[in-house]
Amino acid sequence: MARKHIAGVAVVTVALALTGCSASNNSASGGEPSGDITVLTNRTDLVDTTFKDYKKAFEKKYPKVNVKFEAITDYEGEVTTRLSTGDYGDVLGIPASVTPSQLPQFFEPLGDTSDMKKKYRFLNDKSYDGKQYGLPTFGNANGILYNKRIWKEAGVTDLPKTPDEFIADLKLIKEKTDAIPYYTNYKDGWPLGSWQGQQGFSGDTGVVTDRDKSDAPWSKGSEQYITDALLFDVVKDKLSEDDPTTTAWEGSKALIGSGKAATAVLGSWAISQFQQAAKDAGADPADIGYMPFPYQKDGEFHSAIGGDFNNAININSKNKVAARAWVDWFTNDSGFAQSQGAIPAQVDAPNPSTLQDFTDAKVKLVELDKAANPSLDSDIYNKAQIDLFGNVYRQKLVDIARGAADGDMNSYFSQLNKEWADARTKVKS
Amino acid sequence: MTQTTGTPGGIAPTAPPLDAVEASGKAPRRGIRQSKWTPYFFVAAALILLITFTYVPAANLIWYSFTDWDGIDKTKDFVGFDSYAEIFTDPEIFRVFFVSLYYIAASFVQMALALYFATLLSFSTRFRNLFKGILFFPFLINGVAIGLMFLYFFQPGGTLDALLKGVGAGGLTTQWLGNPDAVNVSLAATSVWRYTGLNFVLFLGAIQSIPSQLYEAAELDGANRFQQFRFIIVPGIKRIISLSFILAISGSLAVFEIPFIMTGGANGSATFVIETIQRAFTFRQVGVASAMAVVLLIIVLVITFIQRRIAPDKEVELS
Repeated sequence: MARKHIAGVAVVTVALALTGCSASNNSASGGEPSGDITVLTNRTDLVDTTFKDYKKAFEKKYPKVNVKFEAITDYEGEVTTRLSTGDYGDVLGIPASVTPSQLPQFFEPLGDTSDMKKKYRFLNDKSYDGKQYGLPTFGNANGILYNKRIWKEAGVTDLPKTPDEFIADLKLIKEKTDAIPYYTNYKDGWPLGSWQGQQGFSGDTGVVTDRDKSDAPWSKGSEQYITDALLFDVVKDKLSEDDPTTTAWEGSKALIGSGKAATAVLGSWAISQFQQAAKDAGADPADIGYMPFPYQKDGEFHSAIGGDFNNAININSKNKVAARAWVDWFTNDSGFAQSQGAIPAQVDAPNPSTLQDFTDAKVKLVELDKAANPSLDSDIYNKAQIDLFGNVYRQKLVDIARGAADGDMNSYFSQLNKEWADARTKVKS
Repeated sequence: MTQTTGTPGGIAPTAPPLDAVEASGKAPRRGIRQSKWTPYFFVAAALILLITFTYVPAANLIWYSFTDWDGIDKTKDFVGFDSYAEIFTDPEIFRVFFVSLYYIAASFVQMALALYFATLLSFSTRFRNLFKGILFFPFLINGVAIGLMFLYFFQPGGTLDALLKGVGAGGLTTQWLGNPDAVNVSLAATSVWRYTGLNFVLFLGAIQSIPSQLYEAAELDGANRFQQFRFIIVPGIKRIISLSFILAISGSLAVFEIPFIMTGGANGSATFVIETIQRAFTFRQVGVASAMAVVLLIIVLVITFIQRRIAPDKEVELS
C-alpha cells in the first residue's frame, strides 16, 4: 500500500514537473493588476459563501482581475505534493511542511521583513534571509478552552496559576460534576499538537532557540518538561476521557459546548467554532471561556501569539501583480480576521472580542523571537522523529500515562532527551 | 475444444474471410503489412499504462530510496545506502513486524473459516445462495466504511459491549481499542471479518470445479463427508490454498487500511506500512520511507520464493 501511495505521488510529480517548467519571470511589482488568478484555500466551508463575497468586492476594486478559488480538503497533504510540480495556483496558503530555507524555491518574495514589520506582525515564521515570503491572514493566541459553567459548578473561581492548581481544579470538576474534566482528542491526534503551541507561556520568547541549543529539552523546569508533564499528570490522575482511542474532534466541540466535557488545550481559533457548537447543542455560547496556560512569571500570565495561514505567491505565477493585489487586499481589506474572531495581522489593530477573557485576566501577549537558524528546529525534530507539533509522540505519552505502554514519565523523558541529542549531533554534522 | 482451435481467429487480420472468398487471386499484401504493427498498437495501450503507473513510479521509488529527499525540496542529495543502513539499525522499525504476527495468525483463522464454509456450502444446503451472499458481502464494503463501523462497534458501551452484557458476559468487556493487549486482536478480527468472504469465494469456486462424478464414486465406495473433504476437496484445491497462503502472508505484512482508520497506528497498533507513511509524511523523510517500501517489497518477494520452493506448483491430477 505504501509503495503504491508513494509511487502514486511520484508519478504525478514526474508528469506535472514536465508541464510546470514554463515559468514566467514577471515580478510582483509595477503595472496594473490584471488577468486570471487562482487562489488555493483550505476553507472548504467558506469557499461558496464568504469567499464569493470577497471575490465580488475584490473584482470591483480591480475590474481587470478574475479570481478563481480552489478549495482543498486535505490541504496540507495535497498542496505539499503539488509544490514540486509548479502547479499550485497563483496565491496559496503556505503548507506547514515547507521549511524556511525552502521558501525561496517556491514563493515570490513580498518585500524586506524589516520594512513590513512596521505594518504587520506575525512575520517571523515565513521570513528567510531578511525577505518575507508570506503574509499572515490572521493570528492566534494560545491557551486553554474551557466550559465556564462547569468550572463554576465545581467551585473554581480563580484561574489556575500553576500546573498543580490546574490538576487540583480538574479533580474538583471530577468530584463535583458529571463532566469529563479534560478531553485529549487522542484519536484525531492533531489537537495534541496544540500543547506545543503553548510554548512561550513562561514569557521566554527565545524558547525555540533554547530548545535547539539543548541536549535535554525535557529537563525539570524547562517549558517542554512543564507542558508534557502536565498532560501526563492529567491522564495519569484519570482526569481525561476513559477510552482516548475512540474520541472524535467534531463530537468534542459539542461535548465541551454542552458541558459534558470541561477543558481542552487549543489555539484561540477554536473559540468561535466551540461557541457555535454550544449554540447548536442548545447551550449558552457565553459558557465557552478561554484561559491562559497555568503558569505565571512575575505574577503575570503569558500567551504566545503567532500567525495562522500565510498567503504567498507562486514563484511560477503569470499574474504576479494581480496575485500581490489579492494577498494585500485579503489581509487588509477583506475583514476575514474579524469574521473569524481572530487577531488581525496589522500591528495597531485591536484584539478581537473572543479574547476578552485574556484582556480581563491581563494576559501578556508575546511574539516568539525568530530563531537564528530557522530550519534547525524542524530538522532536529524530524530527524529525532519527535513530532512536536503532531500527534505521534504525545499519543505515546498518553499511553504511558494511562498504563497502556511500558515505562513512566522519567524513562520516557530521558528517552526523548536521548533521541533529541542524537538527532542534534546528526543534523549538525 | 476442436472448434476453438479450428477457427482462423489467430490469423484473421492477415486475410479477412470475405476478401479471401471474393478475390482469392489477389495477394493480400497490404493486409500483411498492416498486420505487422496492429498487434503492437493493441499492446501499446496496456504497456503505456503499465509503464507510466507501475514501472516508472517503482523506478522513482528506488531512486528516492538512495536520496535524502524530504518530499518537497527541489534538490535531492544522493546518500547511497544510508537509508537502508538506518532501517536495519533501528530496532523500532522491526518491532512493528511483531504487530504483523497478529494478522498472520488472523489470516490462518480466516482461511480455516473460509474453507469450512466453502465446503459446507458446496454440498446442497438449504438457503445456500443466501449464505453465500452473507459471507461475501463484507468484502464488497469500502474499507473506510468498515473502519468507521467497527470504531462504533468497539467503542466503550458500543455494540460489542452491549451484546456481551446482553448474553450475561458483561465481565468480559474491555476497552477493545484502548487496551494495548486487546487492540491488535480487535483490529485483526476486523480484518478477518472483511476478507473471509474473498477467500470463501476463491475456495468455493475451486471446489465447484471438481467433477461431480468423483463425489458419486466416493459415495459408492462408502466415503463419508469428512473423507470426501480430506481426499477429494483438499487435494483438488491445493493450488488455491497455496495461493491464499502467499496472499495472506504478504497481506499481513502490508496491513494498512483498517488500523490506519481505526487507531491511526496509536496505542502500539502501528504496522510497517503505517510506520512508512509516518516517516514520509509526518517526519518528511521520503528517502527513508522509500527504502522501507523497497525492503517490504523484497521481503514479500523472498517469502513468495521460499513458499514456492517448499510447496512447488504442481498440476493436480484428480482422476
